[in-house]
Amino acid sequence: MVDDELYREIILEHYHHPRYKGALPDANLTAEGMNPLCGDELTLYLKTDGDRIVEARFDGRGCSISQASASMLTEAIRGLTVDEAKALLERVKAMLTGSPHEPFDEDDDLSALEGVKKYPVRIKCALLAWTTLEEILHK
Amino acid sequence: MMTSLQTQLKYDVEAIRADFPILQRRVNGHPLVYLDNAATSQKPRQVIDALVHYYEFTNANVHRGLHTLAEEATEAYESARAKVARFIGAEPESVVFTRNATEAINLVAYAWGLANLKSGDRIVLTEMEHHSNIVPWQLIARLTGAQLHYVPFTPEGEMDMEALDNALRQEPKLVAIVHVSNVLGTVNPVEEITRKAHAVGAKVLIDGAQAVPHKPVDVTRIGCDFYAFSGHKMLAPTGIGALYARRELLEEMPPFMGGGSMIRRVTHEFSTWADIPTKFEAGTPNIADAIGFGAAVDYLQHVGMEAIRQHEQRLTAEALRLLEAEEDIVVYGPRDPQRRCGLVSFNFKHVHPHDVAQVLDARGIAIRAGHHCCQIIMRRLDVTATARASFYLYNTIEEIHTFVEALDDVRKVFGKYGG
Repeated sequence: MVDDELYREIILEHYHHPRYKGALPDANLTAEGMNPLCGDELTLYLKTDGDRIVEARFDGRGCSISQASASMLTEAIRGLTVDEAKALLERVKAMLTGSPHEPFDEDDDLSALEGVKKYPVRIKCALLAWTTLEEILHK
Repeated sequence: MMTSLQTQLKYDVEAIRADFPILQRRVNGHPLVYLDNAATSQKPRQVIDALVHYYEFTNANVHRGLHTLAEEATEAYESARAKVARFIGAEPESVVFTRNATEAINLVAYAWGLANLKSGDRIVLTEMEHHSNIVPWQLIARLTGAQLHYVPFTPEGEMDMEALDNALRQEPKLVAIVHVSNVLGTVNPVEEITRKAHAVGAKVLIDGAQAVPHKPVDVTRIGCDFYAFSGHKMLAPTGIGALYARRELLEEMPPFMGGGSMIRRVTHEFSTWADIPTKFEAGTPNIADAIGFGAAVDYLQHVGMEAIRQHEQRLTAEALRLLEAEEDIVVYGPRDPQRRCGLVSFNFKHVHPHDVAQVLDARGIAIRAGHHCCQIIMRRLDVTATARASFYLYNTIEEIHTFVEALDDVRKVFGKYGG
């Protein structure tokens, strides 16, 4: 059977029940991401109040890894300031690319994404939501 | 020609498999089941040996030296061209070696297209095309002001011939069409299309990358002006492909790239060109892989293209029968195996094809998942990607069964549809 490292239960759970999926009509920041390798598409919607992200949603079509990662992202960045979100983004990117980073707690859903780094082709799937966030935050 | 029964009795798939060293491999603890042949085929020992023999025994540049090795290398290179030409019913002078089908199409786009297309001219493509037969024409359209017109396909995945007739009424200069779709598997009626296109004065280019490996192809009978294909999808090494073009077109066309080999006389100001096909082969060519291409064609001819076609149709019919019986799976393309080549694109209704391919890989089964360089088809099917199993002469009915049974693993990981 397939390696459980990749399809952790928490990833499948986010995939089947994405947390904040669907457009956010009153978003003030949006960006579209695409993975040209596989055609996965993702739109990320943020609503900020001053420096703080008060709402985050995503929409799009993609594989379990890209959808679960987007779901985790929307959950994780709600309530963060832009700088905190940037720091989180760097931490997730470092985890997925195998660079030094402060590890996530085991009970943090994001830690489940670490298994993806063993599958080079899938790293881009996991990164899609985060690179889209990066595009928004650095605009 | 052999009857179907005789072919079936004679077809010894185990003997064929024994010629392909890679098929002995195990992947993730399971015997390799290679069903990604539309992406690239595996190589038989005979092709690998031809490469090794060339480098160990013959290696020299072609069309230059007067020494023994140079003569032998030239003879081997040109004899490979003759084999490839004969394989598709062409004269050797009409076959230009390229890197692949993509380069062959680009050659036509830049050499013929820039010289013959002007603002307002129409180029007819189809929505079934691979990016390799779309993007070069977009680039040429931008340079010349020519317009692109796309013929759609029907919901059954067949060419919309009525729409094609309408497009031809506008008297296009070129019709560029895929012979066999790498996503839908559809075999297009290229003879009929060529006849109709010629009747309105259009030139016809056919992308045969998925046809030449899998069925008998005779470019003279088709009557087309240009025909492009790749070696690596038909047992040859990567990096070698071919363009067939009608002799008078090759003679008229300006060169594609300039350099050594392709000239007759070079002065300070200008040069004159070598005879065809050398005029289109600037620089030292891919000699070893061309020789490997010749060995691949020998191998395919030894098995017989009609026998290969029938073997693949048995595999395709079985795969279609089993996949169509699954209520959580959608199959794309024509239902009738006679109307398609050896590949089946499909999707689970509730699982992304990347996840399907990943789960199958854990069982040693290689399929492709993605847009298959056909984003226009994906948009028409309203998906971002499909899974695709594609077959070749060495695949077995047992492998089709292993593949379909392994789809149960997908249901184990991702749950049942609607459940």
